Amino acid sequence: MISETVVDLSRLQFAMTALYHFLFVPLTLGLAFLLAIMESVYVMTGKQVYKDMTQFWGKLFGINFALGVTTGLTMEFQFGTNWAYYSHYVGDIFGAPLAIEGLMAFFLESTFIGLFFFGWDRLSKVQHLAVTWLVAIGSNMSALWILIANGWMQNPVGAEFNFETMRMELTSFSALLFNPVAQVKFVHTVAAGYVTGSIFVLAISSWYLLKRRDLGFARRSFAVASAFGLASILSVIVLGDESGYEIGDVQKTKLAAIEAEWETEAAPAAFTLFGLPNQAEQRTDYAVRIPYAMGIIATRSLDQQVTGIKDLVAQHELRIRNGMLAYGLLSQLRAGDKSAANIAAFNAVKQDLGYGLLLKKYSETVVDASEAQIKQAALDTIPDVASLFWTFRIMVLSGFLMLGLFVCAFWASARKNEESKPWLLKWALWCLPLPWFAAQTGWYVAEHGRQPWSIGEVLPTHLSTSSVSEGDVWGSLIALAAFYSVLLVIEMYLMIKFARLGPSSLHTGRYHFERAPAAAPGAQPTLA
Amino acid sequence: MFDYESLKLIWWVLVGVLLIGFALTDGFDLGAAALLPFVGRSDNERRVVINTIAPHWDGNQVWLITAGGALFAAWPLVYAAAFSGFYWALLLVLFALFVRPVGFDYRSKLENTRWRKSWDWGLFVGGVVPSLVFGVAFGNLLLGVPFQFDDSLRSSYQGGLWQLLNPFGLLAGVVSLSMLGLHGGTWLMMRTEGVIAQRARQAARLLALVFLASFIGAGLWLWLGNINGLVISSSFDPAAALNPLGKTVVQNNPGWLANYGHYPLSKIAPLLGILGAALAFAGASARQGGIAFLGSSLAIVGVLCTAGFALFPFVMPSSLDPASSLTVWDAVSSKLTLGIMLVAAAIFVPLILCYTLWCYVKMWGKVTTAHIQDNQHGLY
Repeated sequence: MISETVVDLSRLQFAMTALYHFLFVPLTLGLAFLLAIMESVYVMTGKQVYKDMTQFWGKLFGINFALGVTTGLTMEFQFGTNWAYYSHYVGDIFGAPLAIEGLMAFFLESTFIGLFFFGWDRLSKVQHLAVTWLVAIGSNMSALWILIANGWMQNPVGAEFNFETMRMELTSFSALLFNPVAQVKFVHTVAAGYVTGSIFVLAISSWYLLKRRDLGFARRSFAVASAFGLASILSVIVLGDESGYEIGDVQKTKLAAIEAEWETEAAPAAFTLFGLPNQAEQRTDYAVRIPYAMGIIATRSLDQQVTGIKDLVAQHELRIRNGMLAYGLLSQLRAGDKSAANIAAFNAVKQDLGYGLLLKKYSETVVDASEAQIKQAALDTIPDVASLFWTFRIMVLSGFLMLGLFVCAFWASARKNEESKPWLLKWALWCLPLPWFAAQTGWYVAEHGRQPWSIGEVLPTHLSTSSVSEGDVWGSLIALAAFYSVLLVIEMYLMIKFARLGPSSLHTGRYHFERAPAAAPGAQPTLA
Repeated sequence: MFDYESLKLIWWVLVGVLLIGFALTDGFDLGAAALLPFVGRSDNERRVVINTIAPHWDGNQVWLITAGGALFAAWPLVYAAAFSGFYWALLLVLFALFVRPVGFDYRSKLENTRWRKSWDWGLFVGGVVPSLVFGVAFGNLLLGVPFQFDDSLRSSYQGGLWQLLNPFGLLAGVVSLSMLGLHGGTWLMMRTEGVIAQRARQAARLLALVFLASFIGAGLWLWLGNINGLVISSSFDPAAALNPLGKTVVQNNPGWLANYGHYPLSKIAPLLGILGAALAFAGASARQGGIAFLGSSLAIVGVLCTAGFALFPFVMPSSLDPASSLTVWDAVSSKLTLGIMLVAAAIFVPLILCYTLWCYVKMWGKVTTAHIQDNQHGLY
């Protein structure tokens, strides 16, 4: 039997390193495009201030990018070190997008990032602009391939189990590529990255405006960020992940869990705004409900039902019983009885093999699991409702707060009166952590909501780990936590130092801290 | 387009190409970082060293990341068994590699001497440890790795980090460390001038000799020592989807030298390793950085091919249960996956080579201390 401690620690380590990696990724995704936009304006208008903007925000981009690269390495190593059985079982499908990501996207981004920083004097204006765009496109393509891989974990299409090689094998690359879950996730995630980049620039520019320094620089940064941010937050919310929740069983279960929808209601279902989900008794206490809202949001219709948790558990129980048959037949095939009848019988039930594997937690042989174990395995198919319910709401609330901010900021920027609205500038500054709250809670919803599966309906998480010892995983977990804490402190120190310094850190002689103290704050006639 | 058997062979070549690409490009980043404290004495000199690789190290590192991704996609069992088996060795490499991105970018952001010296140490470790551990891992492949599969193909590994550090493994580590150190030295000869290039030249000459001694020594050890390689003793259809446990394997290949007898042309690989290093030594002695760099590059190609040819068709031999050993025939992905990835590689590898070359051309030239002093804030 697999040690539950190894499974739990490996999950904790993966969650920690993935969430930590995603502190840096969204800022890279968004800031890269903002840099490309700023530099495009520079090349088109020839105004020096836009070059300064590209270089200064590029400096902060670099500080963030370094840790994105560092923590990304962990992600690639970790599937092999800690999730070896997963790597074997689905590497045929899951590995391909990762390899193609490297070839198509990561090389592009990483090769040109060096020229972005060091090529200013060696490239023509247009060449450098092209380099900046290639960095932005590369980083976003890299997100595309990663999310195709992740989308397949949520909704594993285009693959089939092969009993000879004991693994899942690819049957359709186009199904993998055009997996609807992956497509929705990609749009949602990169747009969330653009929001992160925009809030970052908006908040820091607002701080300069509040301090009344480098006004020309800050005003232009504010304008670019508010326009790009408004478009992005609208994409996040409107084209958001919501529509992905009706595709596939895992997504349906996730939807029922984040909405604490215990019963299947008559369509259109009511939306539970707030409440206290009680998983043991399968009900939500003190629920505040809005009639019809959830049916409309989740199914985009008035007549489709949202399946409730109790019905899902009942469905899953049937599939577990079917999965026991599949596992029994697989054992016979593995033992050498490869008669045509046996293969046909296995093929008829193998779509439920994964459900049978859920019983591995309780019974090594699966086929002799008791009734109580089957019932428990069926209940296991529902992830923790309360935490999903709340993290989802934090994400959505953060999104709407940011939407409000971008609407006001864009309006003020268009009317050129943001400097006279200190409340707006303060609001922008206080919103700085929001995209990170939203991204972290969003990933919690996506990945915890997938439990108990590492590959939805195919491979349970507790079978996916490596055969390593508890001590090994404790050791790596502690070492990673220690490394990451030190790196985060260093990164934050540099980020805050350079953000405070502002464009003066470019040493052009044109900005606040480099000019004579007598110079009036805000006066930058040469840059107009 | 290709049958399954050809695809399996092509992916053996392509994984090799990616590993060689990594060693050729990121190899000089690792080597230059390992030489950092020796060739750069003052802060300015160290910044010269760092700025020769500053625009390129990130792109170069992607060869490693892509090789890892290709391993995952083309040889999932190797990726699973090797990464979980070499658990602590891999984590050690990972932690050492952590220091590089942050070290390069953060080091010169503050003027503080202690800050910069700490990062210099970090970069040094980030250069030495991966160079050493990669070699140790390869040495242990030749010895056989203590892993096995159960009948659901779950791998388990018996042993720990310390068992990897056996005499032959360490010798292989010296081969790889001196090889990449040499490559870093010849790179710095090309890209720097004056006292830094002079020190890099001395380092390159010394490391070329260390490399030659250790590489030839490892070869003699294989030839005369009692390391016994494997051969597949059962018949199998290389064009079929195979389960690794379906074969039988015997230890009947003294020193892994059988392939060199069967395919005499493969002897070019070890010769290239030796002649390349000799050329690097001669180039360094004659103060010809370009020739020395060509020599160290050829040596790298030679060494990696030497190991690959010796092991073929094995890629990860098991010492615990020889039948669990992974080969190019049975560790691979499905035909469809290999085919799709081949198309992706055929399109993108040439493109990558073109734009990488363009970047090097654009950033070419000697990095000088004067240039560093003129660009206190723009450079690393």
